[in-house]
Amino acid sequence: MNWLFATRWSPYAAGIGIGVLSWLTFLISHKALGCSTAFSRTSGMIEKWLRGDKVAEKAYYQRVPLRIDWQWMLVTGILIGAFISALISGDFRGQWVPDLWMAAFGAAALPRLIVALVGGALIGFGARWAGGCTSGHGISGTLQLAVSSWISAICFFIGGIAAAYLLFALAR
Amino acid sequence: MVWGFIFGIVFGFLLHKGGVTNYDVILGQLLLEDFTVVKVMLSAVVTGMIGVYAMKHLGWVTLSPKSGSWGANVIGGLIFGVGFALLGYCPGTIVGAIGNGYFDALVGGVPGILIGAGLFAHVYPRLRRGILQKGDYGDVTLPQLLKMREWVVVPVVSVLLVLILVWIETLWPM
Repeated sequence: MNWLFATRWSPYAAGIGIGVLSWLTFLISHKALGCSTAFSRTSGMIEKWLRGDKVAEKAYYQRVPLRIDWQWMLVTGILIGAFISALISGDFRGQWVPDLWMAAFGAAALPRLIVALVGGALIGFGARWAGGCTSGHGISGTLQLAVSSWISAICFFIGGIAAAYLLFALAR
Repeated sequence: MVWGFIFGIVFGFLLHKGGVTNYDVILGQLLLEDFTVVKVMLSAVVTGMIGVYAMKHLGWVTLSPKSGSWGANVIGGLIFGVGFALLGYCPGTIVGAIGNGYFDALVGGVPGILIGAGLFAHVYPRLRRGILQKGDYGDVTLPQLLKMREWVVVPVVSVLLVLILVWIETLWPM
């Protein structure tokens, strides 16, 4: 049972596991793995709580109703699953600034938080614009051979590689 | 709902074991120094595709490909990509990163994603009949587009993706 406590598995083992998991979600839940819609629902629910019921009438929330659904529970489960895996393998970090960022931009937390906030906003906005994220398009859509998902996934990486090179060029 | 939660726990467990809840691994991929992310994704896609198409053939499952357009997928994809590089997590792995103990994911990234998603809902009425429909191709799949049989396309794509993985292993050994 040592493998359960290993910090990292071969990326192929983890990938094949996620592939098999996708069989089960299709078979049992008739759904595909995806995450970003849950953020839309959460965002809308928070805004509704702050600004009242009118928020739920927005055109987008007519399409994506503001409720806790299967995907929302999936995303909650990810938190628990990753926490369990990190805990039993002694990999729980408690870290404000990731190592690679620290090596390039220093240990101060504030710059990292600001960039994470801006990056998060672009991700939230872009995922809804593209209709999915790295799981919904990048794994679930591509495995169904959906054209929209292959184009999106390729653009995720084109945009990501270009921006990562620019960002780290600033540090070097 | 209960199954969603159980599947999520397994998904989060696998994402952490694969190393992709780690900022360094994601940025390592985007800087083309560490190919873990591509290895995890492509092996998931090959495994998932073979199983899901086999089950579809048996009539056990139906596909749900997302519809899209050039305007939605290319522009949205590029915006997402820039965010991906700045944040170093995606909407799925960021939740796992919180479970992994990365506070920048919790305090910076998640509020950011919620703000971005909320902004999109706000501008959606102005986009939906314009840019989001530019070059619409619907929910077409590769076999439909190529007018080829699934049992031809699935093995060919599987072999191609495995060859890409072999090629990555030869260029950047682990």
